[in-house]
Amino acid sequence: MTDFIQLDRVTRRFTSTVPLTERLAKRLTGARASATVVHAVEDVSLTIAQGETLGLVGESGCGKSTLGRVAAGILPPSSGSARLDGAPLMTRQRKNTTRIQMVFQDPFASLNPRMRVGDIISEGPLAHGLIARNEAHADCARWLAAVGLDADAAQRFAHQFSGGQRQRVAIARALAMRPHALVCDEPVASLDVSIQAQIINLFLKLRRELKLTMLFISHDLSVVRHVSDRVAIMYLGRIVEIGRTEDIFNSPRHPYTRALLDSAPRLAQDGSPAQEIHPIQGELPSPINPPPGCAFHQRCAFAQARCHSELPQLRTSGNAREVACHFPLET
Amino acid sequence: MSAPLLQVRDLATHFSTRAGIAKAVDGVSFDVAAGEIVGLVGESGSGKSVTGYSILGLVSPPGRIVAGSVKLDGQEMIGMAQAGLRSFRGRRIAMVFQDPMSTLNPVLSVAAQMRLAMLAHGKPDAAQMQQRSIDALARVGIPDPQRRLEAYPHQLSGGMRQRVAIAIAFLNHPGLVICDEPTTALDVSIQAQILVEMKTLAREAGVGLVWISHDLATVSVLATRLLVMYAGRLIEEGATAEVLRRPRHPYTQGLIDSLPSRASPGRDLVQIPGATPSLIHLASGCAFRERCGYASSACGQAPGQTVDNGRTWRCHHPLTLGKSADVDSSTSAPTRAPTSSALQSP
Repeated sequence: MTDFIQLDRVTRRFTSTVPLTERLAKRLTGARASATVVHAVEDVSLTIAQGETLGLVGESGCGKSTLGRVAAGILPPSSGSARLDGAPLMTRQRKNTTRIQMVFQDPFASLNPRMRVGDIISEGPLAHGLIARNEAHADCARWLAAVGLDADAAQRFAHQFSGGQRQRVAIARALAMRPHALVCDEPVASLDVSIQAQIINLFLKLRRELKLTMLFISHDLSVVRHVSDRVAIMYLGRIVEIGRTEDIFNSPRHPYTRALLDSAPRLAQDGSPAQEIHPIQGELPSPINPPPGCAFHQRCAFAQARCHSELPQLRTSGNAREVACHFPLET
Repeated sequence: MSAPLLQVRDLATHFSTRAGIAKAVDGVSFDVAAGEIVGLVGESGSGKSVTGYSILGLVSPPGRIVAGSVKLDGQEMIGMAQAGLRSFRGRRIAMVFQDPMSTLNPVLSVAAQMRLAMLAHGKPDAAQMQQRSIDALARVGIPDPQRRLEAYPHQLSGGMRQRVAIAIAFLNHPGLVICDEPTTALDVSIQAQILVEMKTLAREAGVGLVWISHDLATVSVLATRLLVMYAGRLIEEGATAEVLRRPRHPYTQGLIDSLPSRASPGRDLVQIPGATPSLIHLASGCAFRERCGYASSACGQAPGQTVDNGRTWRCHHPLTLGKSADVDSSTSAPTRAPTSSALQSP
């Protein structure tokens, strides 16, 4: 299999601009105004093979959405590079391909309330010359059918649909661009349980039929486990563990992965209630001022002196697995 | 056990809208004992939150409690004067809401908000209030509570804010606390911390908890008893483990089966076809029948409540128990065979 999505040492920082008044005030007092820097993504390298689905898991603020936007070509990285099928995703800070598209979390916010669904779906392909104007109608009907909606949906507005149907529209919009890869940022998080199953099944079907490569971002471990071939766990801007889905879930090697798995309630296969859960102590540190050494050391039960000062690098550890930990757990 | 802490009987809350009357809660009855944690599960629009609001008398027009009774320690709360309700709320019964950013006052410090809650039910002096606030914050696992007292809500993380909201709910030692999806907006690791803390709080203080959620797995960690709501009605009730392992209502079965953790990775999930019905144009009969693989002409009539062995359900075609004592396995029909095909995708 060839690597289709390649992220190479991607770092993305956000710098806040200091207001003019504050700069003047600081200058008068002789102090220097310093901008706040948020280290959203730090030195992340990963590859996704053609037709593969990589699940990206982490808590809010860990940088998973930022990484997804860099991979989709919506955000340029501060340093490092994102490549699609060997070619750079961006030239001069602008995305130069339509082959990777994105599906967002909240279909109430991601669809223009003043456009008809038909226009929402055909706008992209028309603008990029993928279809002629006289084909737009049939093309739109085709993608609506692919996501399980009737063709007459094209005449309606987003607010006339339920949450699950809106997410279907958002998926149709992404597919209409004939992408080879999709970045899905929490696509089922805002949906009800029974609707969530419908949308997950839709993703599985589309992936089979269109042979899509996917980066699937979610905080829901059971959803990620279900759809992903491989899983990457992110913590405070860095990937701490990556490997095949079953390996990660059955024998996590990073203490954070283990802690995350232990804190998620999950029904047993026979429907028995979830077991006792074991929460991680403390909270995610601030990405504005990340702790030195391993970012997880303050909350880690296994932390030693070395973890406070030395940043662990992602190292290969067994079968197609990489772990960034000085003292990885035994499998 | 003696009289239950909370007794809800035939509660009905309707909203009159221009399009018609939405029966958000339509004849709901259940009990909560002291120290018991009851999970109330349903999808959006099932009426689970409105049930919570109705118990506290927090329904405002166009919503109205049209029938039923809510008794707390034997005292009727429906129809109680506002002054009486106010003395109940906070002291005898409290609520924790989903979004702590909109329930906490953004212009008051944590200490000031906690003082208001205490002054509503007594005249403690400043030193007492300070001490009680610190104790309450410490009890919900907030590190360095003395310093946090001076903080404003925007200075706290989501998890910390929700802990403050929980601390305020428990401040006046209420007998019953209703939690409306308090961990839905939080990360799994923070949710886990709060779930464990809630369990301890309920056990140590003997508080009855009603935990409203859409997430079966989360509820199953906490609740000993499970209530399942659909379109304004309670459709199934029983001990959590019993309901999850051997659901009697096809909707409950569908909810459990649609969880990704129940399927092998990569395989299609069992899905319930269709979407939840509009509460305004609800046809008579069983509200689930259009999505149900077992529906028959009998389902045009609203199913009555069946009570059996600590379990209750409302269904004309309840799923038979896998290992029922009174069913002879050699002669009976295959027990749950139609489930997978009945709820399969169209």
